[in-house]
Amino acid sequence: MTDLSAAAPSKPPSQWAAIWRQFRSHKGAMFGLIVLSVLVLAVLIGPYFWHPEKLTVVEAIKQKNKGPALQFPLGTDQLGRDMLARMMAAGKVSLAVGFVAMIIAITFGTFIGVLAGYYKRLDGPLMRLTDMFLALPLIPLLLVMVMLFRDRVAGILGPEMGAFLLIVFAIGITSWMQAARIVRGEVLALKEREYVLAARSIGAAPRRIIIRHILPNVVSPVMVAATLGIAEAIITESVLSFLGLGFPPDFPTWGRLLYDGLSFMQIYPERVIWPGLAISLTVLSVNYIGDGLRDALDPRVRGR
Amino acid sequence: MLTYTLRRLLLAIPTLLLISLVIFFLVDLAPGSPASEIPLTVPPDVRAKILESMGINQPVYVRYLLWLKQFFYVEPLNGIDALFGTSFADGMQRIISYQTRGPVFSLIGERIPQTLKVIGTAYLVGVLIAVPIGIYSAYRQYSWFDQAGTLLAMIGFSVPTFFSGTLLIIIFSVMLGWFPTKYDTTLVVTDWASFVKQIKQMTLPVMTLGLANAAAISRYMRSSMLENMGHDYVRTARAKGMSERTVVLKHVLRNSMIPVVTVIALGIPSIFGGAIITENLFGVNGIGSALIGAIHGNDLPMVQTLAFIFAILIVLFNLIADVLYGLLDPRIRYD
Repeated sequence: MTDLSAAAPSKPPSQWAAIWRQFRSHKGAMFGLIVLSVLVLAVLIGPYFWHPEKLTVVEAIKQKNKGPALQFPLGTDQLGRDMLARMMAAGKVSLAVGFVAMIIAITFGTFIGVLAGYYKRLDGPLMRLTDMFLALPLIPLLLVMVMLFRDRVAGILGPEMGAFLLIVFAIGITSWMQAARIVRGEVLALKEREYVLAARSIGAAPRRIIIRHILPNVVSPVMVAATLGIAEAIITESVLSFLGLGFPPDFPTWGRLLYDGLSFMQIYPERVIWPGLAISLTVLSVNYIGDGLRDALDPRVRGR
Repeated sequence: MLTYTLRRLLLAIPTLLLISLVIFFLVDLAPGSPASEIPLTVPPDVRAKILESMGINQPVYVRYLLWLKQFFYVEPLNGIDALFGTSFADGMQRIISYQTRGPVFSLIGERIPQTLKVIGTAYLVGVLIAVPIGIYSAYRQYSWFDQAGTLLAMIGFSVPTFFSGTLLIIIFSVMLGWFPTKYDTTLVVTDWASFVKQIKQMTLPVMTLGLANAAAISRYMRSSMLENMGHDYVRTARAKGMSERTVVLKHVLRNSMIPVVTVIALGIPSIFGGAIITENLFGVNGIGSALIGAIHGNDLPMVQTLAFIFAILIVLFNLIADVLYGLLDPRIRYD
């Protein structure tokens, strides 16, 4: 008891430090984090360091279908374009699609989940809506949406921005259901807690209770869902591109590069392998990060 | 249990109606409708005739109701006619594909056997691989086998089938030349040689899809086994002096199969719908490639009907999984 003053200054480690420590002990998650960082850095900073020389049309035609060499580390494609530069450009779009689609899905899913969990009146209809979306055949519907709306949207926003927004929006609007279900379950439990009751008893408005008291407590499951959502969105986008209904060839993603490489698969298999490897590595590392986050954010696992 | 099943069946009707509405209107109201495909040089009266022959000169709700009637009334009657040689559906308008000008359902009927043969085998192979792996991984938790299984399952989750399939083609068809790259739909199995050929051409698509399915199912199997291993009845069984084999393969396995069976049931709709990529990659002329063909050809009735069939399958197998869960596990009562 007398030592109380001496013991007090050593502050307990903050919550985030504990989470980071648990995350670091997960080997797969650390591997994922490193691989993903390398990929993101390569895609974002790479173009500043790697300038393929500008070729005239004649030179480019002479340089087509080259194997890996010092001038072109990954070779060139059937039009003489440097594959490394294309891989970096494609990676930027692929990762951006995954990220933005995830943000749309998570925002929408959290919104629906909070409404359904907090307001009893809305629970039934909103959860029926979620069930209905879960029963929709998503890949066929995505294909139909892209096919039917592509030209119209491209006419308004230009082919590149149009394809990007259409695909991101289509993926986001068809993958919010998991987040909504998770958030609803959490909110249902949280709103019965004493601190929410306390907030309500001092007259806090529902909006304030939701934003200040409930949302911060659903962050961790949402973060895990968001991480896994990125992986799912990247795969969905590459499926669309693979079926020829994704991005235009001059604005490629990794899925589109793979699709383009398919016709030359027998002669130049590396043109399929590089983009496929990039997609697989990204998704694998994101999945591992999600796994590690789930453990790190769960206080029951972290305590041990 | 019966009342629960009936209630779920009744609840499925409004869900399906809503889904049919979404599918129909999404496809129908989209800008790329067949009316816009007709060149402007076509005279107005001819244009009206074309639209009439396609049945799209009516307002949209009339077409929706007509489509519903055709889907739920005319087509089943046609099915009965085909089965029993009756003639209930004579003179009734069936759902006609824009591409082939033939009934959509006879087209689907032609395609389904291909899909079932290849994709169904793949699913079966996936389950057969996954269950033993899951059992052994759980029995020897944290052994090298379990670690390897975890890693492989993670890779199986993450590598999309279009890439794993392409890799298999590059390795086994292009480099080694063991298997054909494309699936020959017209091959008829008559003798041993053609049977071997059929097995050979099925190997790659079945492997691609089977491994992807096995990754997910083996994880479910493992975690379900692990959960049951710690229960008291397992200790009792061991204390009675039963062999390890009986304990694991009889007592634990039976209880662990309950959630796994429902997961397997939930995956069955994906046999029909989710295999679009594999069918496309290997050229299997099944229902998935029919959908892609219809989408590229702007064949709206075909797309609507196929998408709706997929939706029905998803709803149906969700229901089956829930009912199965209640039947297999006496602790679960839905009343």
